[in-house]
Amino acid sequence: MALPIYLSPAERVWQYAYRAICAMIFIFLVAPILIVIPLSFNAEPYFTFTQKMLSFDPAGYSMRWYDTLLTDGMRAPEKLRDAGWWSDAWNNATWVKATKNSLIVGFWATILATVLGTIAALGLSRPEMPYRRLIMAILISPMIVPIIIIATGLFFFYSDPCGIIGLHCGRLTATYTGLVLAHATLGIPFVIITVTATLSGFDQSLIRASASLGANPRVTFFKVILPLILPGIISGALFAFVTSFDEVVAVLFLAGPEQQTIPRQMWNGIREAISPAILAVATLLVIVSITLLTTVELLRRRSERLRGVTPQ
Amino acid sequence: MSQITTNGDLTTSDGRPLKAALAAAQFRAKRRAFFLVAPLLLFIIVSFILPIGQMLHRSVFHDGFAANAPDVKAWFAVNPDGTAPDEAAYAALAQDFKAMKADKTAGIAGTRVNYTLPETRSLITATARVADDLAPPYKDAFLALNPKWGDAAVWQAMRSASSAYTADFYLISTDRERAADGTIQKVPENTRIYIYLFVKTFLLSAVITVICFFLAFPVAHLLATLPTARANLMMILVLLPFWTSLLVRTTSWIVLLQGQGVVNDVLIALGIVGDDGRLKMMYNQAGTIIVMTHVLLPFMILPLYSVMKTIPPSYARAARSLGATSWTTFRRIYLPQTLPGIGAGALLVFILAVGYYITPALVGGADGQLISNFIDFHMDKSNWSLAAALSAMLLGGVLVLYWLYDRLVGIDNLKLG
Repeated sequence: MALPIYLSPAERVWQYAYRAICAMIFIFLVAPILIVIPLSFNAEPYFTFTQKMLSFDPAGYSMRWYDTLLTDGMRAPEKLRDAGWWSDAWNNATWVKATKNSLIVGFWATILATVLGTIAALGLSRPEMPYRRLIMAILISPMIVPIIIIATGLFFFYSDPCGIIGLHCGRLTATYTGLVLAHATLGIPFVIITVTATLSGFDQSLIRASASLGANPRVTFFKVILPLILPGIISGALFAFVTSFDEVVAVLFLAGPEQQTIPRQMWNGIREAISPAILAVATLLVIVSITLLTTVELLRRRSERLRGVTPQ
Repeated sequence: MSQITTNGDLTTSDGRPLKAALAAAQFRAKRRAFFLVAPLLLFIIVSFILPIGQMLHRSVFHDGFAANAPDVKAWFAVNPDGTAPDEAAYAALAQDFKAMKADKTAGIAGTRVNYTLPETRSLITATARVADDLAPPYKDAFLALNPKWGDAAVWQAMRSASSAYTADFYLISTDRERAADGTIQKVPENTRIYIYLFVKTFLLSAVITVICFFLAFPVAHLLATLPTARANLMMILVLLPFWTSLLVRTTSWIVLLQGQGVVNDVLIALGIVGDDGRLKMMYNQAGTIIVMTHVLLPFMILPLYSVMKTIPPSYARAARSLGATSWTTFRRIYLPQTLPGIGAGALLVFILAVGYYITPALVGGADGQLISNFIDFHMDKSNWSLAAALSAMLLGGVLVLYWLYDRLVGIDNLKLG
């Protein structure tokens, strides 16, 4: 960008220094995330660049840590890689199991959070909604309250969920249901925020137009409202999914050995035996986050186009 | 169709007063809106508010002693505070100890008294173990067992523990204790930890917020003044960390900052530090500050950016044309207009930092731990009531900040990306 011509030489120097500072801050933001990608191909069990890596010697690089992700926890990892080997990996490998758990819990938590959150957002964005501010504050609070307090509360609650009404109905700790409910709770604020933001640009007269043309509320919702706010709903759902996919504290407190998720496995890896296999997982997760980020950005632009807002 | 009746009031076509009809319609609209929100509200109440409320109840409730020592509790009820324990009291105590031995509840009872007066747990469990040998006269039997049973402080602690509801856990979490005569005093200097911990948590959060502000301001300003296409591209650099797993980012920082890590290797290659002078940037407070700054920086950049984008550049140009220097223009014209963004970002970062758990637990070492990590520590040690009291105090602080955020910024203005 060209500098304005009225600047004095000192101000020009400052402008260039300012851009250099910004560049450094951007490096601070992004470099730590990108650094794990080359390191995950390290042939040695080190967390830094070896001489061979720096001289771009192919012998310094390998896929061994990605291989570890598959073989770790397998019954017979040394066997020939035929169909039996792959089914062994699919059923027994620790990271594969963790991925399955993360996807199952994330999927149901997202569905629950998105459906409940979207319906509530429709109510919240109506001008006649009573106690709007208070209810909004309550619904957003799972994002604000420290996660350790939520996890502690759920830990006691799940150990005897019906105790509060004087009944006994088993436990929710170490169950998928418990984890899904907890993660849905954590994802709801994100759905509420994104969907109410989308609805704030929604032209309410379209609802009246639809009704005047003879559509009942159900048809109006599915044919008029939903297509227009869908980008916002999908963004909210992706936020909710990422929240669940990245959540570790609730898993630490509430999950049993059967519900180990990817973050839980990483937590173990970082705390106990840190191995470059963690970097391989990290690399894969960075790719996932880049994909999600791109999707959300595209959705945001589409949503702005639909609402007739010129992208800024 | 509304009509005018003889007395001049407007009515609807079916003859109802228009006012009442409008009120009824508005009530129906309100009810419809509320019904849409109700399922989620119910869900949040059951899966979020209720569990936290139940947990906070533990911070004032612990019936470990009250439920297992009914006879002594009854004696405390009829004898006012300060009464010296007589033979009847010791007899009641012996009765309770026999029951505790049979039910194996001396541990939990002792734990409860121990919160009020340290080092009494072993006294109670040891006495319960030989409870069956206790015989009248009970006072002498107890004193023969352990002279501590004549100590007024022990009886004061039991009196305090004989009520299931107690403020003792809040006393502990504020580094206070009950003296033998029942007055509240501070614990000795060398055992004070919690006040220091709260202060440290708030100070570290403040430091992180300030660093975030200084890093976010130039970046947000650049993004807000660049042409749209390029700003959108650069925005991705801000949003990428926002979307990347917290554990991934923490792992990356461990890789970068540890003793044998990339940053130290680079510094050595550049000759800035020697091989034996590797900087310790991880597993201490510095680690917590660096990593949390990185994690929370997008939460500062985004609100600042959305405010800065609405500031028309013509104000600054007008100031320059009126003879202001660039510094004066920035200080008097630009900065005041960014204040709403600064407030929103700073409050959000501070709120999130105060309750942070994962990053300090992984990279904080011994002195980089925050209050959340101590709550976890006490949960791990089954000191549930103490964990609940600490949680209640942390939650109180966070809710005050949240309320402030709602007042100043408005929750509606919370934006993600």
